[in-house]
Amino acid sequence: MTVHMKRHGDASDGAEAVGGRLSRVDGPAKITGAAKYAVEQQLDGLAYAVLVESTIAAGKVRSIDTEAAKAAPGVLKVLTPDNIPPLKTASDWFGTPPPDAPYCPLARDITFSGQHVAAVVAESFEQAVAAAALVKVSYDEAPAIVDLSDAKAGDGIPIDAMTKEWGDAATAFAAAPVRICAAYNTPREYQAPMEPHGLIARWQGDQLTVWEPSQWLDGMARTYAEWFGVPFENVRLVSPYIGGGFGSKALALGHGAVAAIAARMLERPVRLVMTRPQTFTGYGGRAATRQTVTIGADAEGKIQSIVHRGVNETSIDGMWVEPLGSVTSIMYQTPNFSSRQNVVRVNSVVPGAMRAPGENPSAFGIESAIDELAYEVGIDPLAIRLRNYAEQDPHAKKAWSTRQLREAYAAGAERFGWSRRSPQPRSMRDGNQLIGWGVAAGTYPVRRAYGEAMVRILADGSVEVESSSIDMGQGTYTILVQTAAETLGVPADNVVVKLGDSRFARAGVAGGSRLAGVMTGAVHKAANAALDELVGLAISDPRSPFHALQANTLVVANGRISSPRGEGPEISIAELLASVGRDRIEAKGDTMPANSTAEERYKNYTTIAMALPHTEGDYSRYSWCAHFIEVRVDEDFGTVRVSRVVSALDSGRLYNPKLAESQWKGGIIMGIGQALLEEGIVDRRHGRIVNNNLADYLVPTNADIPDIEVISVGIPDPHSSVLGGKGVGELAIVGVAPAIANAVFHATGKRIRDLPITLEKLI
Amino acid sequence: MRDFSYLRASSVDAARQASALPGAMLLAGGTTLIDLAKCGVAEPDTIVDITHLKGLDAITVDDQGATIGALAKMSSIADHADIKSRFPAVSEALWQAASAQIRNMATIGGNLMQRTRCPYFRDGENFPACNKRTPGSGCSAIGGVTRGHAVLGTSETCIATYPGDLAVALVAFDALVHLGDRQVAVDDFFLPPGATPEREHAIQPGEVITAISIPASAAARRSTYLKVRDRQSYEFAAASAAVGIEFEADGRTIRDLRVALGGVATKPWRARGVEAALRGKVLEADTVRRASLLAVEGAIDHGANHYKIELAPRVVARAILELGETA
Repeated sequence: MTVHMKRHGDASDGAEAVGGRLSRVDGPAKITGAAKYAVEQQLDGLAYAVLVESTIAAGKVRSIDTEAAKAAPGVLKVLTPDNIPPLKTASDWFGTPPPDAPYCPLARDITFSGQHVAAVVAESFEQAVAAAALVKVSYDEAPAIVDLSDAKAGDGIPIDAMTKEWGDAATAFAAAPVRICAAYNTPREYQAPMEPHGLIARWQGDQLTVWEPSQWLDGMARTYAEWFGVPFENVRLVSPYIGGGFGSKALALGHGAVAAIAARMLERPVRLVMTRPQTFTGYGGRAATRQTVTIGADAEGKIQSIVHRGVNETSIDGMWVEPLGSVTSIMYQTPNFSSRQNVVRVNSVVPGAMRAPGENPSAFGIESAIDELAYEVGIDPLAIRLRNYAEQDPHAKKAWSTRQLREAYAAGAERFGWSRRSPQPRSMRDGNQLIGWGVAAGTYPVRRAYGEAMVRILADGSVEVESSSIDMGQGTYTILVQTAAETLGVPADNVVVKLGDSRFARAGVAGGSRLAGVMTGAVHKAANAALDELVGLAISDPRSPFHALQANTLVVANGRISSPRGEGPEISIAELLASVGRDRIEAKGDTMPANSTAEERYKNYTTIAMALPHTEGDYSRYSWCAHFIEVRVDEDFGTVRVSRVVSALDSGRLYNPKLAESQWKGGIIMGIGQALLEEGIVDRRHGRIVNNNLADYLVPTNADIPDIEVISVGIPDPHSSVLGGKGVGELAIVGVAPAIANAVFHATGKRIRDLPITLEKLI
Repeated sequence: MRDFSYLRASSVDAARQASALPGAMLLAGGTTLIDLAKCGVAEPDTIVDITHLKGLDAITVDDQGATIGALAKMSSIADHADIKSRFPAVSEALWQAASAQIRNMATIGGNLMQRTRCPYFRDGENFPACNKRTPGSGCSAIGGVTRGHAVLGTSETCIATYPGDLAVALVAFDALVHLGDRQVAVDDFFLPPGATPEREHAIQPGEVITAISIPASAAARRSTYLKVRDRQSYEFAAASAAVGIEFEADGRTIRDLRVALGGVATKPWRARGVEAALRGKVLEADTVRRASLLAVEGAIDHGANHYKIELAPRVVARAILELGETA
């Protein structure tokens, strides 16, 4: 059976179709305050938990005196390592079977300042806060390794899986007529979502319900289930809206375990929300990184060799690898290449994912270094990028699925007016302001996975889509409305998308910029199945008014059904369902291979082990971008202001350009913060972040952000997703910091290789 | 829970009496008090609410000067037409302070009572040593993260920076703090840390700030507040300067000059050395830059804040020169 549908993609009603500029369907609820976030649930008998954290960075808890806290008004329980039931260690996000060891989310061995050591649960939040201050922890303190520059830190652990080598990079570098070598550093950075981490946990028998902002309901449900030794199906995660995640809300974390333990011990629902300072130590931000990049080139700037060495910090007992060679190894063509990476253990919380982990700091290194090479050779920074353009993936040796980077350079340069750039540093000024223009490229791999969705056509002709995927502001609600509306031929207003409940059709992580591609594909498939059933009923059910037509196809458009040539009736979906005596049509669809086992399906949604490599098959799949940025640097004060941004980006086909542009701009804004402001500052005597609040950890304000122009240069990429899109969310931050650093060099003649570029580095 | 009494003062006199109680603190806009209570630094036994008192928020400006009631909001003063025309540095200092939300709540009396943003002062749990918070306990900042700390007016007990903007402009123009019967020059109202960093203000228990007055002057009328910081908005100053100039009739020779610094000192810092060096001089770039170096005479850095010693004179010079250009 073939089904013909009128598409909404024409000019008159284009906003509702895939590719249209439909406004965020969840926008009004968020703006009016009607949107209820996870910890805003009102539950009877709610108790409040507050964490007590270590004030030393290394050592052991000698004793915890809880007497005063226990006697404080309203206190229900003081949790310490000595009185909580042990949990089981859960598998990691690859699903690797865990060691058969207990897991205690309250620490006796202290490996960083701010580690959870106890918690107080009370009838009110205020009582819990007051009592938490009465918990007296005494320690045996040991020397701490405070950061990468600590003399005790050493060279770290080689991560062989990060090694990428071809040709003979060292020999080629030694022979190259033009050589540059420089070290680039990025500090600890923090996701700083507006909504802090927190949850409400409630047990009913062996059933656990967790209301918690989450980028991955099924993954977190798996962790909770494994911790407590209950079946996966017994854990329900609810996360209808998320106030920003940026990578930090994808995993169940220690504070979640504490709340769930407290709820089980007290047999009451327990709410635990981190304070803003706790969000700097309760989980990890982006690891601090160090890179050296050496490039050997011929006299024309054609690269002969790249040698790259990277280091990132991790915690004493956790492992985080920030892949620093990820962009280095693919951005430019080179016959000889070597990249290796170590990780160094320091006394910090284990670092975590933050917008474009790996690609982001990697691009700061290579995109700064190529700029340095351009000046060394004496050619334009844009020209040197084109001269070394990689026509295929230099590492995987495969064709790009699509790579519109050349188009991005051209479109961005044209719009920015790059050809009017004066090549010499310090050659453009306006009074006290030195003006600089910088360019840098960015990229992010297309991460793919299988998805699942439920599509329901209801008796009134409206449509429900259900998925346990989430919307943290990136637009999942909206693009799934568009996908279902277009696929089914109904108005967008008739589609309701329900997300954020692990009882819905399962979903993998909203991370790695994969969710839109995964979920549009899944909804497309489920909606098509529902449509097939609808049209099948209309044709074959004897009670259908179309039955007599003996048609082999029907048209569904704008919520109405008719025959292709207009014979017979034209009726609404509701009328058809009424005529055939159905109150709904329901189709669950997934994009997994048809012969997948139940275990494979479970693994697909609760781990990242089933994700398809971006270099699978014949193609290498990446999103691409080019940023053109103007800065103004006050020559007396060293203050840097970004005055103009033009970015051209290739995310393939855009499911909703309005939302994609908004995400790109968000990434660029975050990149401006990374370049100029953001840095976790460690007190070296205490191994503790001192600027652990939003007054002292600076993120950009509106006043720091100029008009940002983004240009889409993508084309549909059939190798990357069902509907032709590539990743959007992480791409745009990649390359912003080096574009700004390059612009600062052009403005001032000073090359800043340590982020952020604060004023004292320029005066 | 830590209990405290809440008293709603019926009059200024009642507020005075109540504020003399041990552990009493006044509540006006609350932007500082509640913040400090949340981080455990302020632990009042009694909160004396004066927010509703009538007649304390008036702003009057005449040829003698400006009188601003203690409960006037930062945003109201910043936007007052006569303040903008006769005391532009005051308006500009307020507009560049804090955020719109805070400016709409915070009062001018409370603004003067604002305390330092030193991270060690604000986190007693992790950094028990702080002479300002707990006299005699030591100073965690010395030897720690000092990028934001003071280079002027420090002592061996405390290097915390005075964080505000408004008071810098007030010091430059000889403003007075009205404490009922008593008036104190703003410059004297703020105390250097010396051996008693816990004492920040020359206010006694039982005294209530009722108003601030700023005498009119030609220098105040031609004045500006220049604030330099990494973030364009909602950040404390790396260095700032309130500057006012009065020229002789030739329009080039400096008759009166007022210079005060913010973001670099333990209190709003009047730079009288710069004023004296330039008074009677013709405004000229090199002269101004040289004289501005006197702004940091006696400065002592603690490593990461060294840049402030470089930066502050540049801010002063820029402010003076830009004001001169408007002549």
